[in-house]
Amino acid sequence: MDYLLLQMLNGVQLGLLMFLLAAGLTLTFGIMDLVNLAHGSLYMMGAYFAWTLIGWTDSFVLGALLALPATFLLGIVVEAVVARRLYARDHLDQVLATFGLILFFNELVRVLWGAAGKSIAVPAFLNRTVEILPGVPYPAYRFAIIVVGGAVALLLAWLVARTRIGMLIRAGASNRRMIGALGVNIELLFTLVFGLGAVFAGLAGLMAAPITSVKIGMGDDILILAFVIIVIGGIGSIKGAFVAAMVVGQIDIVGRAFLPDLLKTFLSTSAASSAAPAISQILVYIVMAAVLVWRPTGLFGQRA
Amino acid sequence: MKFGLFGTATIAAIGLAMPAMAQTPIKIGFISTFSGPQAAIGEDMRRSVELAKEHLGGKMGGRPFEIIYEDDQFKPDVGKQKSEKLVQQDKVNVVTGYIWSNVLLASLKTVTEEGDTILISANAGPSQIAGELCNKNFFSTSWQNDQTPMAMGQYLQEKGVKSLYLMAGNYAAGKDMLAGVKRTFKGEIKGEDLTKWPDQLDFSAELAKIRAAKPDGIFIFYPGAHGVQFLTQYVQAGLKSQIPFYQVFSIDAITLPQQKELALGTLGAQEWVNDLPNEQNKRYVADFKKKHGVYPSYYGAQSYDSIMLIASAAEALKGDLSNKDKVRAEMKKANFKSLRGDFKYNTNQFPIQNFYIQEAVKDADGMMTVKTIATAVKDGKDPYYEKCPMK
Repeated sequence: MDYLLLQMLNGVQLGLLMFLLAAGLTLTFGIMDLVNLAHGSLYMMGAYFAWTLIGWTDSFVLGALLALPATFLLGIVVEAVVARRLYARDHLDQVLATFGLILFFNELVRVLWGAAGKSIAVPAFLNRTVEILPGVPYPAYRFAIIVVGGAVALLLAWLVARTRIGMLIRAGASNRRMIGALGVNIELLFTLVFGLGAVFAGLAGLMAAPITSVKIGMGDDILILAFVIIVIGGIGSIKGAFVAAMVVGQIDIVGRAFLPDLLKTFLSTSAASSAAPAISQILVYIVMAAVLVWRPTGLFGQRA
Repeated sequence: MKFGLFGTATIAAIGLAMPAMAQTPIKIGFISTFSGPQAAIGEDMRRSVELAKEHLGGKMGGRPFEIIYEDDQFKPDVGKQKSEKLVQQDKVNVVTGYIWSNVLLASLKTVTEEGDTILISANAGPSQIAGELCNKNFFSTSWQNDQTPMAMGQYLQEKGVKSLYLMAGNYAAGKDMLAGVKRTFKGEIKGEDLTKWPDQLDFSAELAKIRAAKPDGIFIFYPGAHGVQFLTQYVQAGLKSQIPFYQVFSIDAITLPQQKELALGTLGAQEWVNDLPNEQNKRYVADFKKKHGVYPSYYGAQSYDSIMLIASAAEALKGDLSNKDKVRAEMKKANFKSLRGDFKYNTNQFPIQNFYIQEAVKDADGMMTVKTIATAVKDGKDPYYEKCPMK
């Protein structure tokens, strides 16, 4: 029972990280109709900014807090210089251009920070375990990710559901042209949404950094999962991204924690261990396919 | 002007054929990882190769030599391409380096068979090459993958550890390592995980399994950056104080600068340790530390040895490496001062050597390092050499 709880928490923690990444992606895709492959680069840049700023300030919290506006600014620059020119183009052009951005950012990091990876230490006050239930210890840092990720998710839900900006975002996600026609400053909205997405991606990157280290291309693998999440959740829907991220997080953990033992009952250890992660990953795509058959616009999709 | 130079060169070549031959450098190709999260290992190897070059005065058997470094980017396909380039285009005399078993396996044929060129592995030692895939052109200045974990397993067996939980990356070396520890450790295996390599860096699900399995100890193989992540997460999960941590290739001079105090007291096995008391090793470690301010690792020591092995053959043959049979015969003697002390080659051209148990400690200056605490295996042979057709 304790074991199950621990594994579920692991799934939630992973899901929240992916939700932060997917939130920005689903907004840019849903509102600007922009396929932004370089979203993973913002995740990486958030982690590198945090590494530098933590070094300067000598404080994890301060460095992380400063890295967020830095990523926001970077997002705005990317939007103004590159992304803005792509909204009117078709998806293939967007894929090409944003793929180019990935190469650009990977090379930029190589020049500025070097080819070797960096590591961010877990802050001292979180470098211990907390007892979530008596006798069930859980790493404090992972717990902090759940708390921060959960708080940001709530904040985002409030922002989207209760504020004027959120209303515009929702309107933009369901009918982009109409809100332009109604006289909303759509350029400003787009820039803001892009910057917001960058902040969330950067936050995910810097929170993941102490667990997986800071390295070139760190956002590229997780980006694919983020795309799966927004497709399952429905493009443009924050709620959908959240639900899908939670599902994908649990699927990943189930695949790693329970599948190997299950498979070992009828396969060799080596075969079971190599099959389990693969099957776990296929599981995610099976869920995606099933959802698309059942609801072609995703769980909470607004439009086809 | 061009004609003048050309003429001079021609005259020099015709008139002074012998000295000219002596002046063409011996070429050595060196494949390692110089970019990405594992670049620190490649850098340690490069520094050691450069130190070997310095100690040799830049010459082998009277001929200058040059090293051509190539980056495998931690990918088997890239490693194979770079090996091909070294053999076909640069026409090197010897290819050495190779951190990763999967990179080495992908490159083996390209170098030893298609290129008929000598390959010295300075690290990777996949079981296949020790056994059925053994090759007259292949030498190792490291070990066969199973051996180091076998030494660790034997030590734990003798210490009376009752049960272990095993974890490694899911690739050629990871499988060999777990097979190795199970050869000598006869207690209960409470669980075994091969995790996706090299993508998986988050071990939360596995750590929860370890906690539930309650083993007497955990044995892992996660080289370089992965070892840093694993140990950090292990400590964060509060497991280090409950379940003793045993490892191979996961706590060393590469990883300790990042693992720091987290590693204190952990035990590992190795064929070379920085405090082995022979003269050449003292000089190597002291010079390396003076130059770079950090300890060298076994990756570096083995790379240094690979250059010294080539040099020993070049000395014996007075710099003439054109007859490959003679070069191989000289190398097989292992007639050089290895940093681990003298060793002999087995029939499959892997070393017959000792393995030591080492503990992570702080040195007198407060720098993290490892020190030898016991000899686990004396003159160990790998378990595959009898499968090798070479005698």
